[in-house]
Amino acid sequence: MPEQLFQFLVTGITVGSLYALVGLGFALIYNASDVVNFAQGEFVMLGAMAAIALQNAGFPLFLAAIVATLLTVGVGLLLERFAIEPAVGASVVSTIIITIGAAIFLRGVALLLWGKDFYALPPFSGDTPIQLGGATVLPQSLWVLGVTVVLVLLVRAFFNRTLPGKALLACSYNRVAAQAVGINVKVMLRLAYGLSAGLGALAGILIAPITFSSYEAGVMLGLKGFSAAIVGGIGNPMGAVAGGLLLGVLEALGAGFISSGYKDAIAFLFVLMVLFFEPTGLFGHKSAERV
Amino acid sequence: MRLAGFYIFAAVVALLPVLFPDNYFVVVVGTSAGLHVILAVGLNLLIGYAGQISLGHAAFFGLGAYASAILSTRFDWPSLLALVAGLIAAGLIAWVFARPILRLRGHYLAMATLGFGIIAHVIMVQATQWTGGPDGLAGIPPLNLLGWQVDGDLQWYGVIAAAMLLVVWLSLNLVDSQVGRALRAVHGSEFAARMMGIDTARTKTQAFVVSAVFAAFAGSLFAHQQAFVSPDSFNLTVSVELVTMVVLGGLASTFGAVCGAIALTLLQQGLVVFEDYEMLIHGALLMAVMIFMPQGLFVGLTQAAHRLGSTLARSKFRRSLD
Repeated sequence: MPEQLFQFLVTGITVGSLYALVGLGFALIYNASDVVNFAQGEFVMLGAMAAIALQNAGFPLFLAAIVATLLTVGVGLLLERFAIEPAVGASVVSTIIITIGAAIFLRGVALLLWGKDFYALPPFSGDTPIQLGGATVLPQSLWVLGVTVVLVLLVRAFFNRTLPGKALLACSYNRVAAQAVGINVKVMLRLAYGLSAGLGALAGILIAPITFSSYEAGVMLGLKGFSAAIVGGIGNPMGAVAGGLLLGVLEALGAGFISSGYKDAIAFLFVLMVLFFEPTGLFGHKSAERV
Repeated sequence: MRLAGFYIFAAVVALLPVLFPDNYFVVVVGTSAGLHVILAVGLNLLIGYAGQISLGHAAFFGLGAYASAILSTRFDWPSLLALVAGLIAAGLIAWVFARPILRLRGHYLAMATLGFGIIAHVIMVQATQWTGGPDGLAGIPPLNLLGWQVDGDLQWYGVIAAAMLLVVWLSLNLVDSQVGRALRAVHGSEFAARMMGIDTARTKTQAFVVSAVFAAFAGSLFAHQQAFVSPDSFNLTVSVELVTMVVLGGLASTFGAVCGAIALTLLQQGLVVFEDYEMLIHGALLMAVMIFMPQGLFVGLTQAAHRLGSTLARSKFRRSLD
């Protein structure tokens, strides 16, 4: 029983790290533009699929990962320029629908490029499982955890210690005031989309050796990332990370002890409960107005 | 006069099978378009008029369908009774969930309705002993209306057209009633609406319940017409498609929703040939309409026609001065 629990925890934290990275992307974009980007999951899918395609084309794994991430950043910037910028000032419902449209569009592009087949990347450092206190851990899980920790620390440092990071934070508090003190809000918006696309792509590449990837792979991951951001209190980057880990662990425990078929229902039931009882999320600002 | 548009629409719907007898396209695609119209008109009350998004509306569509399917196959209920039970169940569930869900706004509401839709879909897939699981339920008897067994494409076209016209008529009247005005006030500003003495929570709940009942109505008809249901017809993609219909036609216009539903049905039929491109075009269309014509095709084109008309009139007037 304790070993089993430990095993589920390991699985949950691995998946949760992924949700955390996707949720972090949601929070970044929300901070900069008050838009929830429903195409975030498609960044994850594009990163994974592009890396796999490049690797199959003969690129070394590391290079394939970098190029795939850069390509996805490019897609994020294009999305911002051609779908978000023209619709500045649109209502929440409109922006939700625009980004859903973008998600379907990107899925359509992936379908044309790669068909409906499933693909996987080889593990970064072999697939000999490591025994850890009764639980088996795939080396790839350690990669996921390690890279997530580094990325989260980097994003934190970016917000707390660098000028662009602080400028982005200023935009999230008050865009007009940020503009007034000389921050180029448009550039900040692009920065947020680029960063968040990059984070999504990296998440996709990290998980590609564990789960198979296909043109549809981003849908559920995107929704879980959105859930992570909501549970953590939308617009709170570290809240999104905590929300992602919580969601991952809960889902793994639910799948292990209750029913694996109902694991998505358990995850979303938890999100609904959080919304009903803590409508601003577990770690949100209590006073923040949500409109 | 207020319902002139409705009478014209009803006449067109009635004349189509007369003008094109034995036309597969009219009866089969028309039936599917009719169901979509019911769904879109109901959802439009919520999204278009009350301004509350729902990304999980396929759940109510599925609830109606599965209520009819389960009650009429496993418990041998008469189909009409099963249909009514589905409507009541959808109304009750919507009423129970409305308060906690509609208290949320914007993105939080989107999340909650999304979650609701996904949970409903998971239950349809997993509760195998009731729903038949991923394989679905087959052998659903056709609708029996007080002794008349609906049979054949043309009869189904008639039944669904009548149901659709009823829903459109109800919606047109509802929107023009006190409830409809209250809904629009809530959309404009919830705070101001409350200042005017409108019970905003109650108004939003009413819109949610009515749209859920309409969706269940479409679901029940769908189940009896297809004689088969499976979870695939009620997943997230369907919820998004329903929102697309409402947005495509034009928010806060019943005929906008009608146009959106018909346009998307025709588009899906047309795109069957380009199967692989369907998703790409669907996504691009959604983005383009929302960016360039946020008020939707129907409303946008009507306004453009008005503008064109007045520009022409003005230039004519100017020429007459010269």
